[in-house]
Amino acid sequence: MSNPSNTTAAPQQQQRGAGFWKENLREYGMLISLLAIVIIFAYLTNGIILKPLNLTNIILQNSYVVIMALGMLMIIVTGHIDLSVGSVAGFIGGFGAVLMVPYHVDFAVASLICLVLGGIIGAAQGYFIAYLRIPSFIVTLAGMLVFRGLMITVLGSQAIGPFDPSFQKLSSGFIPELISSEGSFYITSFIIGILLAVFLVWQSYQSRARHLSHGVETEPLAFFIVKNVVVFGIIAYIAYLISSYRGMPNVLIIMGVLIAAYAFFTNRTVIGRQIYAVGGNARAAELSGIKTQRLVFWTFVNMGVLAALAGLVVAARLNSATPKAGTGFELDVIAACFIGGASAYGGVGKVTGAVIGAFLMGVMNNGMSILGIGIDLQQVIKGLVLLGAVCVDVYNQRR
Amino acid sequence: MSDTVSNAEKPPILEMRGISKSFGAVKALSDVSFTVREGEIHALVGENGAGKSTLMKVLSGVYPHGSYEGSILFGGEERQFRDINDSEKLGIIIIHQELALIPLMSIAENIFLHTAPSKFGIIDQDERRRRTKALLEKVGLSEAPEMLITNIGVGKQQLVEIAKALSKDVRLLILDEPTASLNETDSAALLELLKEFRRRGITSIMISHKLNEITEIADRITVLRDGRTVGTMDCHAGPVDEDEIVRRMVDRDLDSRYPKREPKIGDVVFEVDNWSAYHPLHSERQVVKNVSMKVRAGEIVGISGLMGAGRTEFAMSLFGRSWGRNITGTAKLHGKEVDLSDVPRAIKAGLAYVTEDRKHLGLVLAEDIRKNISLAHLAGVSNRGVIDDIAEMKVAQEFRGRMRIRSHNVYQETGKLSGGNQQKVVLSKWLFTGPEVLILDEPTRGIDVGAKYEIYTIINELADSGKAVIVISSEMPELIGICDRIVVMHEGAFVGEVAGEEATQENIMRAIMRRKAREQ
Repeated sequence: MSNPSNTTAAPQQQQRGAGFWKENLREYGMLISLLAIVIIFAYLTNGIILKPLNLTNIILQNSYVVIMALGMLMIIVTGHIDLSVGSVAGFIGGFGAVLMVPYHVDFAVASLICLVLGGIIGAAQGYFIAYLRIPSFIVTLAGMLVFRGLMITVLGSQAIGPFDPSFQKLSSGFIPELISSEGSFYITSFIIGILLAVFLVWQSYQSRARHLSHGVETEPLAFFIVKNVVVFGIIAYIAYLISSYRGMPNVLIIMGVLIAAYAFFTNRTVIGRQIYAVGGNARAAELSGIKTQRLVFWTFVNMGVLAALAGLVVAARLNSATPKAGTGFELDVIAACFIGGASAYGGVGKVTGAVIGAFLMGVMNNGMSILGIGIDLQQVIKGLVLLGAVCVDVYNQRR
Repeated sequence: MSDTVSNAEKPPILEMRGISKSFGAVKALSDVSFTVREGEIHALVGENGAGKSTLMKVLSGVYPHGSYEGSILFGGEERQFRDINDSEKLGIIIIHQELALIPLMSIAENIFLHTAPSKFGIIDQDERRRRTKALLEKVGLSEAPEMLITNIGVGKQQLVEIAKALSKDVRLLILDEPTASLNETDSAALLELLKEFRRRGITSIMISHKLNEITEIADRITVLRDGRTVGTMDCHAGPVDEDEIVRRMVDRDLDSRYPKREPKIGDVVFEVDNWSAYHPLHSERQVVKNVSMKVRAGEIVGISGLMGAGRTEFAMSLFGRSWGRNITGTAKLHGKEVDLSDVPRAIKAGLAYVTEDRKHLGLVLAEDIRKNISLAHLAGVSNRGVIDDIAEMKVAQEFRGRMRIRSHNVYQETGKLSGGNQQKVVLSKWLFTGPEVLILDEPTRGIDVGAKYEIYTIINELADSGKAVIVISSEMPELIGICDRIVVMHEGAFVGEVAGEEATQENIMRAIMRRKAREQ
């Protein structure tokens, strides 16, 4: 080995095709599973699942899971867990309702107060976990009980509503049509969808070109083309469907912006990178100069804010805050992250995976309900899917 | 060697003939023959990946009969082990490098984990206690059988493992790197114990990288290289030279085990004055006692001492107070006092600490080479908090070339690299922070001879580029081989200093012993 850089270059080229698949199976596998499930249910329900109305409903129904999964993913990546998010979302929904209905606080002000309160709740739990080193399972289990109880106290065991129409728009509103108000096709929404698809393809092209120009290994060209055609096709199709009902829901815009922001944050920023390092090996991260406690603390603050946002979205959607709201949300959210490929040992997991996991669960819920499968059997099936997804993941890891 | 009788006339207890074993396309063992005589201590040496562990797994039945070619004769009969229980029944007991004890159980519970003496299925505690005591006596331990494993040191844990092996009527004891994590005293005690076993007729196979220990106790030495037997040396036929063993292991003449270097020593770069630190849990225990040292540019200073002398604790307390409490003292860089109160500040000041435990404290094993290299200096590959992945990749590729890290590319998981390459990644990470003072804690632990040489070369290059280098090592020959100056630490204090060219193992040990004698 007189010249190691030359001798290693050749096998590197050969391995590319097969190696690429193997390394990225995890990510694309998720997307393929989601597509497969959609197709299966589309077949079983005679296409009902892809009807514009139903598709819009799936988005609305799962918005809160997606929003919270973004925060939960980061917590799971640092090697922790948050069981309290359902209770926190419920409590904040109730608290917001009390502000807006009996006290007539303006909905924007009330929402802001709620988000700050969510952050404070996250900070309180994060303090115990990060600085006092109490296991997150225990702290947030306590939080789950505490905030469930507080919610019932705040609501006085009754539902509070209805809300101001402008607050309801948060969940049940759609973006205004700017171009044409006639007919039943919402052209503005469609254009936004297409622009998004073009933007994503362009981004992916730019990144590939940049990598190629610096001699970095990239995916094979054929694969790149197929991937982008599929992505473009799916987004355009969804945009088309949504636009034939009532256009883009406001909450979809919120979700889209949040997903993009968190995906960028976790993949590309220094702090995002540090979060993965803390989850992968906290001691090594600490000795590399990373302030691990502070990072864990802030992931919990972030989770609190997102849980609060989810609580508001749910309340706005139901147009009332009920003592039952938020029950069991934490399980959906955690399941979404694990189905999406996050590791229970920390250090591994992607934002896109968690979002796909959330929609996978959502599509299954929706499809099974349309098929008239009882709620009892639905739980069994969802449980098995969770177990199966993680088993496949572990199996792939071992190979 | 005077206390041993020659075993030449003894019959073989174990014969492994023509053993071949493949994993897919990779041939781990090809036609290996290995014979161990009754009652001898047989050392098995070779570089990492030479096939030592695979051979022992074949022998103990971890790889069952049928998954390899060749035959195993034990006690004169051909054996076909299906699993490890089969070999254990015949008294072949393997003690792995990573101890398999349960920390929160007592010594007695651990020894009799599988075969507790019982009446009607209920454990007979008195009987277990009695037997444990007897076994502990045999290995020279005076601990109570009720003592929890977590409360005794690694050296004693190793002895408990051996006691556990004795509880199973051992005929052939296999020790995989038994002294890798032991200090000099514990290692010496363990080697004494093996000699005692030899007197009692127990046969041992010892896998080790520590050649001085091997030449001290082995009757015969078998060298493996690339899955083949290179040869077996008889230590009674004449003295065996360590360099000769190394030559056989690596199949090339290493000029010496340590690369030559002409030190170019400059001004004092780093200065520590009156440094003290206390134990984080037992706050009355002072572990580092008023230590002062100076390191010059281009100088490699070794810190020698027994395990538990406080060397790692000193280094870690210095590096951003990552160990200990009530830390006092001053540190100066180029004559100016620097703030080392936390790790980010220490890094900023120009310190780098390469930990002794690269798997647990050095690397994020699930992440790739690139991300590990940039981890301690992400500012160097980012712009306003956003990482420039191209810049990061280029940095990683530069270090991969410079450090000769052997991998497919910079996107390979560090967990899948060999020990030597992992260590090079850790070194790269710290070099990327642009340090002026490098503290290397056991830089070659668990690394094979070839990779060690490369690491020494890198250390020399660092010193020659004007950095101040501090090396902590338990292997005295290593310190003597690479350092310009060696300070000796004992019980938390510096007790002596030896110039590099005058250093010998004897005068380092003498410095420690002198202090010990004064204490008594």
